[in-house]
Amino acid sequence: MSRPRRDPDLVRAYVMTGGAVRPSREMGLVTLLVAQDAPVQGLAPEQRRVLGVCSRHGALSVAEIAAHLDLPPSVVTILASALMDSGHLAVPAPIADVPEIDVLKEVLRGLRQLV
Amino acid sequence: MGSANSSEVAYLPGTVTRSVKLLVAGHFGAGKTTFVGSVSEIRPLRTEETITEASMGVDDLAGLPKKTSTTVAMDFGRRTFGGTALYLFGTPGQHRFLPMWDELARGAAGALVLVDTRRLDHSDEILSAVEKRGLPYTVAVNEFDDGRRYPPEAIREALDLAPHTPLTVCDARDQTSSIKALIVLVEHLTSRPEMLA
Repeated sequence: MSRPRRDPDLVRAYVMTGGAVRPSREMGLVTLLVAQDAPVQGLAPEQRRVLGVCSRHGALSVAEIAAHLDLPPSVVTILASALMDSGHLAVPAPIADVPEIDVLKEVLRGLRQLV
Repeated sequence: MGSANSSEVAYLPGTVTRSVKLLVAGHFGAGKTTFVGSVSEIRPLRTEETITEASMGVDDLAGLPKKTSTTVAMDFGRRTFGGTALYLFGTPGQHRFLPMWDELARGAAGALVLVDTRRLDHSDEILSAVEKRGLPYTVAVNEFDDGRRYPPEAIREALDLAPHTPLTVCDARDQTSSIKALIVLVEHLTSRPEMLA
């Protein structure tokens, strides 16, 4: 090889996100997403893939979507953000203001029941 | 590129609306993937993130042209409790992937640091990486069959643990043992002064 070449995976990721380089929303690996009832016409193929693995009846995290589709989580956050903007995906409930301490206590109770 | 097989996708129950992220940290070979598998209710999954060797941050695709890239795999699992899904992420153990933790640690409630007593000296950089990111943590010694047993105080001293940092032992292959180690972590997280304030 005479000179460094662009990494094909990065080029692929760049193309898949339609040139977007950052998600339009704050979204992390464990952000939960559910599908919404919305027409899929006009969606890019990679957006359809993300929507296709999501369900209206039960959530998946960004990390799970990434693993099932074999896409980097950073790419999924960009695609999923756009799908939230267009009304195709949503977080499972209106963001209820449950303090982190209460969420952790729910986990603790559940863990204790297992032993 | 793989494609999703819908029949394999384990959706969360419709009642789950919240998620918590915990990290399972440890040096290469400390038993992170085994631990995640013991606790997870789903077959552990793997994601691969492309990062640049130059900056070693999660890749900002805008910086595309001049960088070489590498792939970091992360194994994770899930366990549902009521309305909350707990996600456990095994951190990449190799030294050169430590910077990757910035992204992993973002939004994490805490970390369980798994330690192999045969390689206590390898744990320093893991503990430093956890501390540097301000993550509350507990330490669990993963007792390998051929590992030497040390008294807790000796391990505490070898790892230079703060007095308030809980130290426990576990067998990462065993579900109950692994869950007990997680309980110690979550108890620690819920009893921190800033949580109770």
